[in-house]
Amino acid sequence: MDFAKLKEQLTELALLEEVVVEVPAAPAEGEGGAEGEAAPVAAEVPPAEERPAISEPDYKAKGFHLDVKVEADKVVETAKALDEQGFFLEAITGVDWIKENQLEVVYDYSCWQPLCRVVIRARLDRGAPEVPTISEVFPGANWHERETHDFFGIKFSGHPDLTPLLLPEDADFHPLLKDFKAS
Amino acid sequence: MKQLAVNNYHQETFVLNLGPQHPATHGVLRVKLTMDGEYIVHAEPVLGYIHRMHEKMGENRTWAQFMPNTGRMDYLSALSYNHGYAALVERAMGIEVPERAEYLRVITVELNRISSHLVWFGAFILDLGGFTPLLYAFDDREKILDLLESVTGSRLTYCYFRFGGVYNDIDENFVAGTREFIKTMRKRMPMYHDLVTKNIILIKRLKDIGPISKETIRKYGATGPVARGSGVDYDIRKNEPYSIYPEFDFDIPVYHECDSMARYMVRMDEIEQSMRIIEQALDKLPDGPVMAAKAPKIIKPPKGDYYQAVEAARGSFGIRAVSDGTNTAYRLKLRSPTFSNLSLFGEVCEGMLLPDALALMGSLDLVIPEIDR
Repeated sequence: MDFAKLKEQLTELALLEEVVVEVPAAPAEGEGGAEGEAAPVAAEVPPAEERPAISEPDYKAKGFHLDVKVEADKVVETAKALDEQGFFLEAITGVDWIKENQLEVVYDYSCWQPLCRVVIRARLDRGAPEVPTISEVFPGANWHERETHDFFGIKFSGHPDLTPLLLPEDADFHPLLKDFKAS
Repeated sequence: MKQLAVNNYHQETFVLNLGPQHPATHGVLRVKLTMDGEYIVHAEPVLGYIHRMHEKMGENRTWAQFMPNTGRMDYLSALSYNHGYAALVERAMGIEVPERAEYLRVITVELNRISSHLVWFGAFILDLGGFTPLLYAFDDREKILDLLESVTGSRLTYCYFRFGGVYNDIDENFVAGTREFIKTMRKRMPMYHDLVTKNIILIKRLKDIGPISKETIRKYGATGPVARGSGVDYDIRKNEPYSIYPEFDFDIPVYHECDSMARYMVRMDEIEQSMRIIEQALDKLPDGPVMAAKAPKIIKPPKGDYYQAVEAARGSFGIRAVSDGTNTAYRLKLRSPTFSNLSLFGEVCEGMLLPDALALMGSLDLVIPEIDR
C-alpha cells in the first residue's frame, strides 16, 4: 500500500467543492474533559478557490484515515484504485439526509497492512437514488449492495441480482429511510 | 454456473433446500443448492429469517439504551460487541476509561472468546458426525458462563460495559475461578488434540476441503479465523490496537493451508492465546475504579462520523456511527464479520460434494443472528 500514491489518485477522483469542512477533534478532550455537551463544531474559514473534497481526519478521534467525497459515477474508479492498492471492502451503507433531500452511500475500505481506513461517499438524489455497482471489482460488494438496496432503496445499476436479501422477498419498503413508519 | 460433470449427459440438475431448519446451518439459514447428484453446481444462501433491524432500533433510542442490543447480535461473543460499541462512543465523546476497567474488559472478552470457540468446536465436530466432543466442550464452557454470570449478571446476552468503564467489579472468587479454569483447560486441550485433532476421520474430512485463496479472502472482505486460516496475518487486536491489548504478549495464529483444517487449527490455537492474555491480565490487574469518575451522564457525541472496529470471535466487527449531536444516533451501521465471511460460500463451494460443503460451512463458524442483525 502506497499512501501517497493512493491519496493522489483519490484526489483526482474526488469531487470539487468550495468548502472542505475540517472537523476539529472534540474540544476539551485532552484535559480530562469529556463534557456532556460539546460545543457545536465550527467550520474552518472556507478557502475561496475550489478544492477537492478529500480530507485526512484525526484518526484517534474519528477512526479512519481518509475521507473522500466523489460523484456517484466515480465509485467504480475509486474501487479499482483501492483494489490495486490491496484494500478490501468492509461494508457499504447509506445515510438518509432527508432535510437536504439526499441519500448518501458510504463505502468503508480497509487494508491489512499497514493500517489504513478509507471512506468513500457519494451523495445521491433522494427521489431517484442510483449508483453503479462495484460488485465487478469486489464480488463481496454484492451482498452489501443488496442490503443497502433493502434498507434505503438505492439502486445499484449493473448489479446482478437486487432482490431483497435481509428483508422478506416481497418487501416493497425501505425501513432505514427517515420517513419510514412501521405499523 | 459451474460446468456439470462430463457424465451428466442430459445436463440435469435438481434444487435442494438446505435449511432453514437444518441442524448444520446452526439457526435459521437457508441455502438453495442446485445439485448434480452429490455435487454442488450452484449455492445461494438465503438470509434474513431472524432479521430484527438493529440499525433502525439504534435510531430510535438513546445511545445508552442501545447497549443491550449489542449483546443480541452475536450471542456467542456478545462482550466483543459490547466492547466495540462502548469504544465507539468513548472515541466520539473523548471519554477516558480507567485502567482497571480496561483490564476487566479484556479478561471478560477473552473468556467470552474461549467460550465462543468451545461452542464452535463442539458444534463443528457434531456437524461432521462426532457427538461426544460437544458434551466436553459444553462442560468447559459452563465454567466460563458461571464465571461471567457472577460478574455481568447474565449468561449469554451480556450488557456489562458502560461508556467509561464496566458495570461491576470482579471479586476474589472470580480471579480464583478463572485461574482454576485456565488450569483445567490447559489439561483439556491436549486431550482434544489427541482425541479429535489427530483423529484420522476428522483429518480426512477437513484436510484440503474448502480451500479459500488469499485473494478470495480480500475480495470478499473476510476477516477473523477464516482469513487467518488462509495465511492472512490480520487481527484487529494487533493491526489496529484498541483497549490495552498492546500491553500483552500474545501471538496471532496464522495457517497457510487455506483449507478447513487450517481454520480449525486457528481457533484451537486462539483458545491458548486467549488464556495467555487472561493470565497476564490477572497478574497485572491494577487497583482503582472500574468506571470513569467524569463519565458524562448525558451522551451526546459531537456531530460527525465515527468508526470503531474490534476483533470479535468471528472477525472484525465494525460500527460506523453518524451523530447529529443529539442523544440519539442519526445512523448506526453494524458491520458484522460473518456476513462477509459467508458471502464467499457460494463461490467456494461450487463443485464440492455436499458433505464437504457442510464441513466448509462449519469451518466458517456462522452465527445467524449476527448475519441478519
